[in-house]
Amino acid sequence: MAQRHPLRVLIAKPGLDGHDRGAKIIARALRDAGYEVIYTGIRQTPEMIAEAALQEDVDAIGLSILSGAHMTLFPRIIEELRKRGLHDVTVWAGGIIPAADVPKLREMGIRAIFGPGSPTAETIEFLRQMNAEPAADQSVATPR
Amino acid sequence: MTTHLQRTASADELASGLLAGDRLALTRLISAVEAGRDDAREAMRCLFAKTGKAHVVGVTGPPGCGKSTLTTRLALEYRAHGETVGIVAVDPTSPYTGGAILGDRVRMMELHGDPGVFMRSMATRGVMGGLARSTLDVVLLLDAFGKDVVIIETVGVGQDEVEIARAADTTLVVGVPNLGDDIQAIKAGILEIADILVVNKADVAGADRLVADLRTMLQLGPERGWPTPIQQTVAIEGTGVRELVEHIALHRAYLQESRTWHLRRADSARRQVRAIVEDRVQRRLEQLTTGADWESRFASIAAREEDPYSVAEEVLRQVAHDG
Repeated sequence: MAQRHPLRVLIAKPGLDGHDRGAKIIARALRDAGYEVIYTGIRQTPEMIAEAALQEDVDAIGLSILSGAHMTLFPRIIEELRKRGLHDVTVWAGGIIPAADVPKLREMGIRAIFGPGSPTAETIEFLRQMNAEPAADQSVATPR
Repeated sequence: MTTHLQRTASADELASGLLAGDRLALTRLISAVEAGRDDAREAMRCLFAKTGKAHVVGVTGPPGCGKSTLTTRLALEYRAHGETVGIVAVDPTSPYTGGAILGDRVRMMELHGDPGVFMRSMATRGVMGGLARSTLDVVLLLDAFGKDVVIIETVGVGQDEVEIARAADTTLVVGVPNLGDDIQAIKAGILEIADILVVNKADVAGADRLVADLRTMLQLGPERGWPTPIQQTVAIEGTGVRELVEHIALHRAYLQESRTWHLRRADSARRQVRAIVEDRVQRRLEQLTTGADWESRFASIAAREEDPYSVAEEVLRQVAHDG
């Protein structure tokens, strides 16, 4: 056993696109890095994601999105998390997200964004650093 | 519910929150218990008196037999009767990396958004037998939270993972057709723990034969106060689930009318006491015998300067002394 108390991470796919290959690859990579990964499948509403995060008491949430609806869905996810008192959960995202949207997303509390082609090691390193210093607002990943 | 329970909240605060119906407190206390926090043990002590009311239903069977789907359907059926449901779903931890993929929620989509259901995934974290180390405690927490029914879904099991029978009041063993000649997947061991046998995917050819084989096997077994029913289901469509819930209710009535309810719970209490002691001793043992000093002690044993028996005696006295 690599860690005594593995961190718990939720991998979720909000919205209507069904392309879950990226989400599954990240889930698998995090598993192999010693995380407990809760995988919820496709077509999740913001409420479902926040509910799963609450019931599973996750340390972090990875959102995978390729539909272009991130500017609509992400703020609602953050809001649903806050409604449930989950202020201390790290949220990051992956998928197709235009660079122009990145500053706004970061402002609303998305801590990192990984575009297509990002090595899984980057995500793992990001989570390691977040876990080491969870409180500070830091820039670890470089958006593409 | 807008509480502001930080991860640093004491288990005491979490326990009061739980009793007041705060789901954030419940979820954080589950994590504290799973992490083996000392104050969580204190909280469990206080909460134990509030438990014992929920009917604990175990669902076990080989990988891919439909445990998660069946669990979802059972939960929906209970919800239709107005009963609240807790679910603990156990999945395996990788023995190589310590990581896990907990994927049971994928098949439980229909339950999301219903505040009457609380579902928690657990990884085995290296424990054999089909359950995680603190599964029983999580069941107790859901019970204390007021859930009427708590369903435990085990990891996909083979033939002798029978821990579930000690954790549940009613154990469902789920089989599916065509898993081998006769009934390889659920023969000895696991067949014996079934209070109810479920033949899932009953729309698949071969289901009738599995039912017939199981029936023969039951007839060959000893006569028991509770004749084990066999229920066919097609979980994905919900077929047979209402009947299954009726069997579960009948089993509960049987347990309560006979002395079996108390005998089972006393047996489970015995195991629980022993498991708690083992767990604490094991954690203490790890603490006590780790570090540079101990590495050199072990080296000196290897060099025959000391013997392992005396050293073990010394450690044992230390463990006993600490309590």
